[in-house]
Amino acid sequence: MKVSRATRLSLRTVALGYLFALVGIPIAVILWRTFSPGVAQFLASVSTPAARSALNLSLLIVAITVPVNVVFGVATALALVRGRFRGRGVLQAVVDLPFAVSPIVVGVALIMLWGSAGWFGALDRAGFTVIFGLPGMVIATIFVTLPFVVREVEPVLHEIGLDQEQAASTLGASRWQTFWRITLPAIRWGLTYGVVLTVARALGEFGAVIMVSSGFAGVSQTLTLLVHSRYIDDHNTYGAYAAATLLMGIALVVLLLMTVLDRKRSDR
Amino acid sequence: MITVTNARKRFGTFAALDDVSLDIPKGSLTALLGPSGSGKSTLLRSIAGLEALDSGSVTIQGRDVTDEPPQRRGIGFVFQHYAAFKHMTVRDNVAFGLSIRKRPKAEIDQKVGELLEIVGLEGFRHRYPAQLSGGQRQRMALARALAVDPQVLLLDEPFGALDAKVRTDLRQWLRRLHDEVHVTTVLVTHDQEEALDVADRIAVLNKGRIEQVGDPVALYERPANDFVMGFLGSVARLGDQLVRPHDIVLERDRATALALDAEVPGSPGVVAAVVERVVPLGFEVRVELRTDTGERFAAQVSRHDAARLQLQSGETVQARAIGRSSVVEAEPVAI
Repeated sequence: MKVSRATRLSLRTVALGYLFALVGIPIAVILWRTFSPGVAQFLASVSTPAARSALNLSLLIVAITVPVNVVFGVATALALVRGRFRGRGVLQAVVDLPFAVSPIVVGVALIMLWGSAGWFGALDRAGFTVIFGLPGMVIATIFVTLPFVVREVEPVLHEIGLDQEQAASTLGASRWQTFWRITLPAIRWGLTYGVVLTVARALGEFGAVIMVSSGFAGVSQTLTLLVHSRYIDDHNTYGAYAAATLLMGIALVVLLLMTVLDRKRSDR
Repeated sequence: MITVTNARKRFGTFAALDDVSLDIPKGSLTALLGPSGSGKSTLLRSIAGLEALDSGSVTIQGRDVTDEPPQRRGIGFVFQHYAAFKHMTVRDNVAFGLSIRKRPKAEIDQKVGELLEIVGLEGFRHRYPAQLSGGQRQRMALARALAVDPQVLLLDEPFGALDAKVRTDLRQWLRRLHDEVHVTTVLVTHDQEEALDVADRIAVLNKGRIEQVGDPVALYERPANDFVMGFLGSVARLGDQLVRPHDIVLERDRATALALDAEVPGSPGVVAAVVERVVPLGFEVRVELRTDTGERFAAQVSRHDAARLQLQSGETVQARAIGRSSVVEAEPVAI
């Protein structure tokens, strides 16, 4: 299809204008608000005890969520692509559920399940706090980030097919050896991208986490909860901007790190 | 030596293998030939252990491997689409089986070097499969399969994805390789020319059954039925028999044709036909003919005969068959 120069230019302008208005301007405003009083003020705001604790908690949740999602995500993707079992269609739909369900619903469901009056409430009454504790926040985060690894790895598995794995088996490799030496290297791109998305979403998750967190500053506040409480409860607008900037900064670092790592590995 | 006994395999309602028994002699190069869906690939994959048989057994070198996984069958397998390990260099691809077996590095390097020399890829050791042509990738796959010293080498349409020129070169190369290494080899193909070219034994499969097994000459000249005859080369229907186009002789005079035909026992008789087209093909001439019942067939005659007959389109000629390569027991099979 031939597109005239004028059409191309106007399409480009519309796309860029749209991106700029919806993404560029808000980010620019936050950055400007954060750094206009000076870098020292920003550093002071993000190094208060509450901010440090929130940063640590967010990173801790990411550190637990990512390995869990990698292991179960790859296993689920393998089952979906390679498996021939009843209920595969159901599993397909279930994997997408976290995309469809609002995170706040997830929070409510988790309270009903794990709360002291819930089905597994015995655990809570026995002193193992799930809801309003770290386990609740981790479970909520895993729930909302579950599809990323599965959905990124699945098409790659489809694409590579069975040939390479069968070739490895005829050459004497056990299933486990085949997985480590053939399958895993073949899906590493999809897996990496799935991890990046998981990290970004885990850091940014708000709706599900706010439901299951007790929300005490310095104890059970993640970075997103810190932004929220500073803005709404403390009317500390500047603090909210600073925390938001920190959040964006970490996400950006993760993204860059993954890109660099992958480039290094594929250059080899 | 490989023995397959009463092998059956169904995919849903489709019978891929329907009671197949086959002996493959040690050191031979056997081709499994058949149209798509004939079960030839399924048979090969069953020998490899990549498919599990519903019933029947597979023996390799006297050992029953029916319930063994591919890892413990002592096989080398080459796939149609190479199945190259894309994230590994040529060297690591070929070394894979040896490194799984935890051989010392010096031994691996030596073996890989030897194999790469045999397949003509010495200079490509550090390349990745994506940097190789199709023919080079398939030679790498062959070296990889040979690296583990397999008792049998199984090739699943190994040249099917290559272009015609490379395919011909590579299959002649495979034949020479086989003459050097002498490993029992089974090759799946749907190309009868390829089977006749490389194999010293051919098993013709159709609809999950083996139609005939034999050496190429026997199969071509004494096919067991119409299917084998039709699959191993072009055929023409003359009277009630199938004959090869190059076994048809044309005469202008019916009396002469009848007299000569009487000397050929069991011949299909003399058929009158109208010349539709004369196609010179270099060393021979194809004459396209039509009988008065409207059936079309072609005869392949020498340049000399064509010159003698001075054939023109629209003329009537007498076609007869000289008695070679016809079906031993003719049975009515639709081709």
